[in-house]
Amino acid sequence: MTKQLTPEEIVKSFKDEFKIKIKDTRIEKHIAGTKKNELIHIWMSVDRSVFKNVVKHLMTLEKYPHLAVTSGYDMGKTIELVYHFSIYFGVRYREISLNITVELPKSNPTIETITDLIPGALITEQEKQEMLGIKVKGIPKDERVFLSDDFPKGVYPWRKDETGPEKMVRNLHEVKK
Amino acid sequence: MKAKTTSKTTYQIPIGPIHPALKEPVMFEFEIDGEKIVDVDVTLGQVHRTIEWTGMRRNPIQILYLAERICGICSYCHPMAFALAVERVAGIEVPERADYLRVIHAELERICSHILWAGVAAHEIGFDSVLFFTWQIREKALDLTEYLTGNRVTKAITMIGGVRRDITKDMYPMIHETMNYFKDNFEKLRHIYLDDKTFKMRSQGCGILTKEDALKLCACGPTTRASGVKKDVRLDQPYFAFGDLDFDYVTPDVLTGEVNGDVYDRIIVRLLEVKQSIDLIEQCLDKIPAGDIVSEPKIPKLLATLKKAKGEGIGRMEAPRGEVFHYVKLTEQEAPYSWKVRAPTYNNILPWIPMLRGEQIADIPIVAASTDPCMSCTNRVAVVDNGKKYALNKEELHRMSVEKTRRLMA
Repeated sequence: MTKQLTPEEIVKSFKDEFKIKIKDTRIEKHIAGTKKNELIHIWMSVDRSVFKNVVKHLMTLEKYPHLAVTSGYDMGKTIELVYHFSIYFGVRYREISLNITVELPKSNPTIETITDLIPGALITEQEKQEMLGIKVKGIPKDERVFLSDDFPKGVYPWRKDETGPEKMVRNLHEVKK
Repeated sequence: MKAKTTSKTTYQIPIGPIHPALKEPVMFEFEIDGEKIVDVDVTLGQVHRTIEWTGMRRNPIQILYLAERICGICSYCHPMAFALAVERVAGIEVPERADYLRVIHAELERICSHILWAGVAAHEIGFDSVLFFTWQIREKALDLTEYLTGNRVTKAITMIGGVRRDITKDMYPMIHETMNYFKDNFEKLRHIYLDDKTFKMRSQGCGILTKEDALKLCACGPTTRASGVKKDVRLDQPYFAFGDLDFDYVTPDVLTGEVNGDVYDRIIVRLLEVKQSIDLIEQCLDKIPAGDIVSEPKIPKLLATLKKAKGEGIGRMEAPRGEVFHYVKLTEQEAPYSWKVRAPTYNNILPWIPMLRGEQIADIPIVAASTDPCMSCTNRVAVVDNGKKYALNKEELHRMSVEKTRRLMA
């Protein structure tokens, strides 16, 4: 097993490897219980061009990083994805959460798949495709997961622009039976 | 159903939609060779309820009650994980006493859920007397939940910055009495599930998930621990008061000295976790400090604070089935800008594929149930054989499973 790095060392190792492609980083420390043990959440914003290499670099720190899920939201001109990883689990108090944000321009909302590195990422990548209208390049199963097949094409439920689901919404108090 | 190429000797059976948990009903498409499962494909999302979309139009306090309705069994974990995320964004400190109260409710929910699951697992292989026995025990857990929170299922105990009701000294006897009742019955349960010959025949060597697959597919909760992966948010990154309490990872080798990752191992893990939860509740009652139960009791004041909060945060909690994960982004607005809910079954769906491959049709119910999904919607099953379609319903599948048990017993 490789040596466990401290949160500061983790951030430094990413910055050394990818230089200016790593933008904002912050280390959050929260405390819990009477013993005031620390919970560590690292947040990092990375450039799309190095995203896959960032995940590969993460895999040198922990052979099997756990991907909880990918969150995503519409920021107007861009779409942001947040990959929630956790590493160093299996030893008490030692786990570190690592949240990696990637910004995709709406004009070309594509990102590379990481299912070849972490097969468990499949469902969350499929979900981001249908909910945010992004394209995951090289996804092994290019199908909808949560949306039904008869849901209209070109409507993306998490978008906040004209491709969002607003026009499909009917308020019950406005609709006569 | 999607057309798929199958070889001459195999045929397809679609099973589903099964309702595993939260908003994830699931549809299986099996490729079958005789009785044996050759391959499995999983399709999700028959009853998507747009909970996240709805939440982005409500204030955080309203979301607590919406999140509570995501799942009937994890009706405590979801709002609590959301509260954890919001507290971290807004910098709200939770009183120590509330941290302990939160542990008690979380562990009581785990006992309820695991015992419920044990009954369902017994039912799937045809032991209905065991189903009634376990649910009789669960009834006591529900009575205690009602005594402590005022509700049996949707508990409405969560508040951002603490909990809504205190547990006072005069409530201790009832808690101790219920814990003793569980302990008295635990040995009997252990004997039924772990020593019974038929249980062993149906569960040992069945639905195997290797450690490597569990890690690669990002499985969580008892499903991954039964494969020997030490992963438990309560210990990895102790939230609430879990860091103060004395307990350890539950993997099957604690009891048997080996890890097989089969259905039997998943039974062991859940049973031992029930015992662990009883112990954790008792430790909490011993150690609980005096003090406030919520950081800000005035709701309008709390809402005003939350309206000024900006940033993003995550809330992670070990629910009975695995890690519950909530992500929240606040932007000084009344409603959150983004809210993502990840229930444990979301990650435990892909592991079904290696588990089911190579098993028999009659093993589908017990293997699928062994990850503890909600099976309430398993009503429509169709078998396609040479283009002719006939339906297998939940009762039929259940009958096949029971028949297999009878065959093994004979």
